[in-house]
Amino acid sequence: MRRTLTGALLGSAMAVVAAVAGGGGALAASEVNIYSLRQPFLIEPLLQAFTNNTGIKTNVVFAKDGVVERMKAEGINSPADVILTVDIGRLNDAVEAGVVQPVSSKTLEANIPASFRDPEGRWFALTQRARLIYASKERVKPGEITSYEQLADPKWKGRICTRSGKHDYNVALLAAMIAHHGEAKAESWLEGLKANLARKPQGNDRGQVKAIKEGECDLALGNNYYYGAMLSNPDQKAWADAVNPVFPTIGDTKGTHVNVSGIALSKSAPNRDNAIKLMEFLSSDEAQEIYSTVNYEYPANPHVKWSPLVESWGRFTPDDLPLSAIAELRGAAVKMVDRVDYDG
Amino acid sequence: MTAAADAFTGAGPAPGLTTAASGDGRRRWHVAALATAGLVILPVLAIVWKAFNPTENIWPHLASTVLPGYVITTLVLMLGVGIGTFVIGTGTAWLVAMCRFPGHRVFEWALLLPLAMPGYLIAYVYTDLLEFAGPLQGVLRAVFGWSSRRDYWFPEIRSLGGAITMLTLVLYPYVYALARATFLEQSICVLEVSRTLGHGPWRSLRDVALPLARPAIAVGVTLALMECLNDFGTVDFFAVRTLTAGVFDVWLRMGNAGGAAQIALVMLAFVVLLIWAERRSRARQRFHHTSSKMRPIEGIRLHGSKAWAATIVCAAPVLLGFAVPAAVLADYAFTSASAEWSPDFFRHALNSLGLSAAAALVAVALATLLAYAARQRANRAVLTAVRLASVGYAIPGAVLAIGVLIPFAAFDNAVDAFLRQTIGVSTGLILSGTVAALIFAYTVRFLAVSLGAVEAGLGRVTPSMEMAARTLGHSPSSTLRRLHLPMIRGSLLTAGLLVFVDTMKELPATLVLRPFNFDTLATFVYQYASDERLEACAPAALAIVAAGILPVLLLARSIGVSRPGRRRREN
Repeated sequence: MRRTLTGALLGSAMAVVAAVAGGGGALAASEVNIYSLRQPFLIEPLLQAFTNNTGIKTNVVFAKDGVVERMKAEGINSPADVILTVDIGRLNDAVEAGVVQPVSSKTLEANIPASFRDPEGRWFALTQRARLIYASKERVKPGEITSYEQLADPKWKGRICTRSGKHDYNVALLAAMIAHHGEAKAESWLEGLKANLARKPQGNDRGQVKAIKEGECDLALGNNYYYGAMLSNPDQKAWADAVNPVFPTIGDTKGTHVNVSGIALSKSAPNRDNAIKLMEFLSSDEAQEIYSTVNYEYPANPHVKWSPLVESWGRFTPDDLPLSAIAELRGAAVKMVDRVDYDG
Repeated sequence: MTAAADAFTGAGPAPGLTTAASGDGRRRWHVAALATAGLVILPVLAIVWKAFNPTENIWPHLASTVLPGYVITTLVLMLGVGIGTFVIGTGTAWLVAMCRFPGHRVFEWALLLPLAMPGYLIAYVYTDLLEFAGPLQGVLRAVFGWSSRRDYWFPEIRSLGGAITMLTLVLYPYVYALARATFLEQSICVLEVSRTLGHGPWRSLRDVALPLARPAIAVGVTLALMECLNDFGTVDFFAVRTLTAGVFDVWLRMGNAGGAAQIALVMLAFVVLLIWAERRSRARQRFHHTSSKMRPIEGIRLHGSKAWAATIVCAAPVLLGFAVPAAVLADYAFTSASAEWSPDFFRHALNSLGLSAAAALVAVALATLLAYAARQRANRAVLTAVRLASVGYAIPGAVLAIGVLIPFAAFDNAVDAFLRQTIGVSTGLILSGTVAALIFAYTVRFLAVSLGAVEAGLGRVTPSMEMAARTLGHSPSSTLRRLHLPMIRGSLLTAGLLVFVDTMKELPATLVLRPFNFDTLATFVYQYASDERLEACAPAALAIVAAGILPVLLLARSIGVSRPGRRRREN
């Protein structure tokens, strides 16, 4: 027993040294520090291109939850230069927590249209994503559903799948519904949608498409880029092949609900110049094309051509509701999900 | 030094055992214990502080909508996991300890293996297997010609029942380990008397062994329940809405960290209640061995169908909780085209091992300090501090991470501000965002585990030996070094191994607190698994499980030698 314990102690000590030695790599001369709410494999090609162009090293921490809290606690000494995230609500959280600072850059302002950035420059959208309805090729006729509102139609009873109503993307959609229709109508819409669900909300957007493929439901809500991701994944291509993507309209408009992914400059930003270079790079033609070809998202930069695959799904009109309206109604939307007991 | 029996048997510190004059180094131990406990409960205090500063009073909304559901779901989950872990853990422990049947030697250690399987992984795997789109239902549909969900009934894996099953499968080893060690410790006399009175094995279990083992089993079930209370990965994936899910909703979706901290405090109240109930249930129970007859247990030889039934009962939890999920992961890892075997993978593994080892060392050292100080005629303040030092175990990882961030960053920023003012040098963040913050978080989280094991080990050292050492002129420190530490080696090893395995699996706190460009196996798995790309991360997932196996086997061995009779022969 003694030998085991001594061995364990020695082994531990060696492993500690190794871990500490391996963990202290973030001190290169020219670098930029990124707190990311997006998965590393999604942003890696972009960061690689940035480093190749500028020689600036990128350091990343990825965490979905708690990044803003971390920046708040770290305060003026936070090593974060930029925060990279999806969903307008999360960008808004960072602004409200006071952990970001305004940027004024001619390049950014030229690349990103005014509707895709904060008027004060506290955040910039980099990509646009549309919330689609995926409809079964076999069981739903083309043109049978054209709007989000129709999801509440009793004819779809037991035929719809979605992820949790509390997920950022669904909350944003509901916030947009509230903005277009007012609270009362939006709430009865959500109740109608809940009544049509084939199963309790669960899984992620791809999981819903998989469920259509397996015949569990006929309609699902999902972001557009998952369609591209599934088509290019050998394990998931069959799921995507089972559905047609539909760009639904919202309210009385011809527009489809869209959300954004974006970037903001940290208030502390120890490498401010490099951070702005990164922001400018991510809005440039080169990076925006990567977003479109590798991640199947819509470039926020209107001058950039879409990748052929993304283009093949057709052009669509985004809902022109200001993003700030969606961010503001997010709290009301979450509470509505609770009241309707959507996930229950 | 009954190793795993010590796992948390936390018999409670024994105050005032020694009688030598005070002022000979005891005070130093008390001060050190108070300081340690104060440091460890800082994150909890930070959460309490947050709870008093909410951005909006969220209770009216929650109480009128989802809160009752959260509470009921949480209670049903705990009840289900409590019963499940008790029945499986105690039943298999009794069979393995007392009966002889095909494979019982293998099951002795194999029953611990699910401890190496993180709850979130087993949930991913079983969802893949059992959901509507999974292979099992696919085969059923093909065989019976069903086409849609409406044609037949199949249990929904993503449900409260599913969550109870998954958590039971990975948490029952806590109960098994403690129950088995206790059954092994029981003097054969008691059981022989029971047999003489004509009781069969099951009657002996119910009337004699179970009541005697009750304290240890209660500790095991309590630990399982605490783990289940702070689980987020499994319940989130299964869309089961517990209080933990509520914490995340309020925090992230409503942007109300204060409100989330308040719910976290409600959960803490649950745990305090649980600990209180557990301690109370054995308050008047003290079992000591009055006989030293510790010859090896002969074991009841089972025959025929009974023997095979015993084999099946023991094999089921091992297969379902370990073999099946591990096999599925291995299948993905070696056959799927999208499996990621990146070279970085070994760096992640090294990070995981290093962090786990460091956390194990620190947690055991601090636990020894606290438990030993409590033995040095500690006053109420010290005893309370020692108890409070374990509350971190009950707090969901991501919330605890925020609790760690606040004091660490405050300290760093204060040092920085002071040095800027005095000598004009900026130090930036010294500890935040480093491995140190991570190790601290793990220590706070898992100190309860190591403390229980060490306390129980120390509790078994007779006070008279301690008195003898002190009479011979040894200081408390020297007594600890020369007397206690050698005697409780087994408990220390158990404590360290348990913390090691738990740290390997830890995810939410690691995500928030880690340094730049730093991945562990768990965070690497998560970035793919959270995107439902289990095939991609299967190799890393398999590595987490593999790294957990060795400590688990060591643990099994240390329980095996815990039977006093057997050990004496070995020496």
